[in-house]
Amino acid sequence: MMKVKAILICSALLASGSLLADGPRMPREIDKTWIEECGSCHLAYPPSLLTADNWRRMMGGLDRHFGSNASLDAASAAKITAFLERNASTRGQRNASSTLRITDTPWFVREHDEVSPAAWRDPNVKSAANCAACHRGADRGDYDDDDIVIPVTRR
Amino acid sequence: MFRLIALPLGIGIALAAHAETPTDLVARYAQQAASSQPGFSASAERGRSFFVRKWNVTDKMPDCASCHTERPDRAGSHVITAKPIKPLAPAANPERFSKLAKVEKWFRRNCTEVVGRECSAAEKADLIEFLVATGGA
Repeated sequence: MMKVKAILICSALLASGSLLADGPRMPREIDKTWIEECGSCHLAYPPSLLTADNWRRMMGGLDRHFGSNASLDAASAAKITAFLERNASTRGQRNASSTLRITDTPWFVREHDEVSPAAWRDPNVKSAANCAACHRGADRGDYDDDDIVIPVTRR
Repeated sequence: MFRLIALPLGIGIALAAHAETPTDLVARYAQQAASSQPGFSASAERGRSFFVRKWNVTDKMPDCASCHTERPDRAGSHVITAKPIKPLAPAANPERFSKLAKVEKWFRRNCTEVVGRECSAAEKADLIEFLVATGGA
């Protein structure tokens, strides 16, 4: 029997100026195909979190997408690639990832450096791909620091 | 400063187009299967065996239940990303098996990944027949 206790991390702890300034934002333009296709196995991550080159490489290998088959028809893939390129990061290396994982970008690592290893391993988090485990507004594209709850499970 | 986006809206609109019923799809796949297996008729029992089979092709996704649970009338969760997955059974989730292109996309992805090859038309017919026969939660 697991008892789940959610610990609210007060905004004063996390809301440093740089964090607020760096919150990912959804583009003004939302592509329907992108939301549906890139949001079915995980959240549709904000395009600004990787570079245009990263997205092009990602879209070129969807049949081997981090170990999963996420292959798409050519028309949808072309539409999504163009959308991602238009809305990719303009901040260069901060959002570049040689592994194509958003979690390996310098930006992500720095923004999450206060999250404990135990929190990452928590069964309610399970994966760093699971933004919504802590960012309660992630499904609406809201990663604002004052809406973060880090779940901690105690056995 | 931070824009809120109503994400589910676009998904709902996309699903409304080209409606098929699960029974249409069973008939379609059964007809395809009959061209190589004369007299083929979809079987919910064979579909159930397919659904519960441990294929063990990949470590994280050895079977359908890895993400969809052993109860297709209940919600599942993606085994890697933890994103919630709505029930597979149409009785519990009327959006299921209502659009051929979407059904084909997921058979292509999930069969190559979990089963290790594309699924046959007969397997698709049997699986949908089983899911249709599975009551809602």
